[in-house]
Amino acid sequence: MTSIGTGYDLSNSVFSPDGRNFQVEYASKAVEADGTAIGIRCADGVVFAVEKIVSSKLLVPGANKKIQTIDKHVGVAYSGLTPDGRHLVDRGRSESYSWRGLYKSPIGVPILADRLSGYVQAYTCYSSVRPFGVSVIVGGVDKSGPHLYTIEPSGAFWGYMGAATGKGRQAAKSELEKLDLPNISARDAVKAAAKIIYIAHDDSKDKDFELEISWVSTSETGGDHQFVPKDLLDEAERLAKAEDDDDDDDDDEMDED
Amino acid sequence: MDHMPENWGRPRSDVYGSYQHAIHSAGPQSHTQVPSITGTSVIAMKFNNGVILAADNLGSYGSLARFTDQERLIKVGKETVVGFSGDASDMQYLESMLERLIIEDNYEQDGHNFRAPHIYEYLSRVMYNRRSKVDPLWNAILVAGKKDDGSPFLGYVDLLGITYSSPCIATGYGAYLAIPLLRKLVSEDEDAKNVTEEQARAAIDESMKVLFYRDARSLDKYTVATVTLDGNVKFDKDVRCQNMNWRFAEGIRGYGTQKQ
Repeated sequence: MTSIGTGYDLSNSVFSPDGRNFQVEYASKAVEADGTAIGIRCADGVVFAVEKIVSSKLLVPGANKKIQTIDKHVGVAYSGLTPDGRHLVDRGRSESYSWRGLYKSPIGVPILADRLSGYVQAYTCYSSVRPFGVSVIVGGVDKSGPHLYTIEPSGAFWGYMGAATGKGRQAAKSELEKLDLPNISARDAVKAAAKIIYIAHDDSKDKDFELEISWVSTSETGGDHQFVPKDLLDEAERLAKAEDDDDDDDDDEMDED
Repeated sequence: MDHMPENWGRPRSDVYGSYQHAIHSAGPQSHTQVPSITGTSVIAMKFNNGVILAADNLGSYGSLARFTDQERLIKVGKETVVGFSGDASDMQYLESMLERLIIEDNYEQDGHNFRAPHIYEYLSRVMYNRRSKVDPLWNAILVAGKKDDGSPFLGYVDLLGITYSSPCIATGYGAYLAIPLLRKLVSEDEDAKNVTEEQARAAIDESMKVLFYRDARSLDKYTVATVTLDGNVKFDKDVRCQNMNWRFAEGIRGYGTQKQ
């Protein structure tokens, strides 16, 4: 970044002469430093998976979830500053809660993503605030079917069949491209998601991580967002580990050669 | 000089206009002071493996059978069924209120969820709060499910905020017509242990038939919900009264215009 230090990166909502908003770009850096989060749009739903880096052995296992529920039928996974993600989830919950109060029906996922992205975008416009340091993967099933979106710190939101953010997003994206999206079944997507998180995980940088997987599926959860049952999570993790170890063995063999 | 002492100290009519008497009768804002579309009895009883409930599918507009597809038993959370009699709009209000309650409860996916006693306690506070505002929700409600210790739960709350629990409960006309039939099987909590689901279902079906015979605001099409202690909730919809016999009607005297 040649323009760093020219003074255009000190205040939010200020453009540099070449048309960039540095504070937003720095927020994206916060996203890139955090564990990988992915979302898969499958045949009748959405699957979320997160590589939650465990920073201390003293932390309670399963605490500080990075996948959350916004409404019955909508889930989110995010990479970046966890408190920023928490705040955005609170906003999403109040949006969908008030939608139910007004219209007596569940909010549509595209509308929710639109409203949340509008909220995120507003935090790029004022010098008194800083942009959100999270990329949020929002997904769910509504009456028009499954939807998956990513909201970036700039407030841009894109619809995806497979989405990835965080440290391992490049590896995760190239793995996602290999899947048969969006025809994959929810159950297969869970197994694929576990594999992708293990592939995207870099053993040399972070040793410990927790795998979180949740899903929203018409056939599997009746359209509700839930964490996958323990036996399925264990099986997916076992398969992912087995495959990951195989790859490591291959690497070792190559080293020997 | 105004010689009427009651006018002294008041704004003068010739200056401010005459007193608006509507102000005197203005009260607190209220909504459903009279029910409009109503549902009749809900009946329920405990048995050895849970609780069974039934409610017919009629929405009455006064004495007019206005809607014949009204569902009055709803599932709340994972293992609770709530049955409503009384005003349909207040039922729908409570329905959406309970749904949002459950959604908020599921924000924390911590493995805990609302059971019947919690929903019952919440509903009873809402009902009492509204009657205290002189703006009651015009319903009598049954809540059925499991207690925290895994035993069956059945509770009643109505528009006055009155609450009670019993192994057999029925609202409305059911309290007179169905309760005696249900109590033949279960009159004390202990009796429920000796009653199977099939026996309970037969008693419920029989009670719904008797209610259809005698309750002029009822329908022979109803829903039966069963909550079992393993946490399952089963809905049997569009059930019809079977083996009805209306011969007894010929002998009924004393209504209408018959002379003899």
